[in-house]
Amino acid sequence: MASNGSPCSAHPQLPIAEYGIEKPHGRPLWLLAELTYKCPLQCPYCSNPLDFADFGSELTTQQWLDVFAQGRELGAVQLGFSGGEPLVRQDLIELIGGAHEMGYYTNLITSGVGLNERKMAEFHKAGLDHIQVSFQASDESVNNMLAGSKKAFAQKLKMAREVKAQGYPMVLNFVTHRHNIDRIDRIIELCVELEADYVELATCQYYGWAFENVEQLLPTRAQLERAEAVTNEYRGKLAAEGNPIKLIFVTPDYYEERPKGCMNGWGQVFLTVTPDGKALPCHSARMLPIEFPNVAETSLEEIWSKSPGFNYFRGDDWMKEPCRSCDEKDKDFGGCHCQAYMMTGDMHNADPVCGKSQHHGLIVDARDRAEQVINNSEDFLFRNERNSRIIAKG
Amino acid sequence: MSELSFDATQIPTINKMFRFQWEKAQDCYVLLYPEGMIQLNGPAGEIMALVDGERSVKQIIEELQAKFSDAGDISGDILAFIGEAHGQQWITL
Repeated sequence: MASNGSPCSAHPQLPIAEYGIEKPHGRPLWLLAELTYKCPLQCPYCSNPLDFADFGSELTTQQWLDVFAQGRELGAVQLGFSGGEPLVRQDLIELIGGAHEMGYYTNLITSGVGLNERKMAEFHKAGLDHIQVSFQASDESVNNMLAGSKKAFAQKLKMAREVKAQGYPMVLNFVTHRHNIDRIDRIIELCVELEADYVELATCQYYGWAFENVEQLLPTRAQLERAEAVTNEYRGKLAAEGNPIKLIFVTPDYYEERPKGCMNGWGQVFLTVTPDGKALPCHSARMLPIEFPNVAETSLEEIWSKSPGFNYFRGDDWMKEPCRSCDEKDKDFGGCHCQAYMMTGDMHNADPVCGKSQHHGLIVDARDRAEQVINNSEDFLFRNERNSRIIAKG
Repeated sequence: MSELSFDATQIPTINKMFRFQWEKAQDCYVLLYPEGMIQLNGPAGEIMALVDGERSVKQIIEELQAKFSDAGDISGDILAFIGEAHGQQWITL
């Protein structure tokens, strides 16, 4: 388990444990269906594009089912229903049922807002395998401030309890940042109390809205180190008590000296389809100056195998220095192209997280600023349609 | 593993956290869990395919021993795998 395909935790990394055989490559094992950009919450770290309000059209039920069938043919096995808030889609139950019949392991990645006991039971009957509920904080007022909703926290607690009561496996996802990371002990205790099977303590990564809000989100190094130490203490304590809960701590790459092997490689295991049908190798890639195909016009097979967009960063022909001659290039593939693009203006550059990048100073500056910033929730740019339209107009 | 923590009369069941299925594209059995997948190699898949909440460890060994009669005594390998699968929480005993 690692961070998943949730827009609430930025960058997914498909966890594949192996038992004795080689890991396959080159198949879209993970299909993330971003069913809609609509969401009742306004989290300032949402990884949806800043200009999401410009993309109002959504694929039909039949188009989605068709995409799922094609994905299954290509070898996809995990299907994530995401968004926005996927519960907004009135046809969600049909989509779950269809995907289940095709043999997918189906994951609902939700804020829990808009969920109720009846829907949850119907989803179970339709074949939903797992529900992931995202929380903003362990504390009602911080949670609701971040979510931009007064009722969100109570609803999330209720739904998390119901997920377990109905026998689903449950992942709880907490995006951590400078406003909540010092309460990580309380976050873990809440997850234990809610009987989560997996807990993702995913330090915010800075894409989409989170990049706009990086100053109010990025924790200091001391905050991060303390949080990791506390998490390790709990791991030891919980294991000693025989508690099977798994705590997954995702560190922010801003405190690394080498980039992450983003998406396990571009176009290797992961395929996202946006609400309006654009196929992407990761859910941030829409921002890049690359023409990506649309599933309404092109088959998934052609998209995956032949489209220029999905082939763009496969292999290492695209690399410049310092990546080209780097002996770690097969491990991290040059890091994240979106991060390179956002921070340096050129997606072919090495991810500036890398200490070898000539732009690494940008990351160091962000760390230095984290030491100076004063927490002020009024400085957040919240993710909502109004702000999206303002940004899109630039 | 120095000592096995179960005996052969016990009946293993796949942990409800996991779904076990054959994947054509991977050409192997897999265990699926929230947002992840464990691919099983040939022998591991054959053993897990018999974990149905009804057969005991002993019955699983007997069936596989009969099916792969050329392979010699494979009971040790099967027990080791079941121990591993239990340790990984793929199965309950």
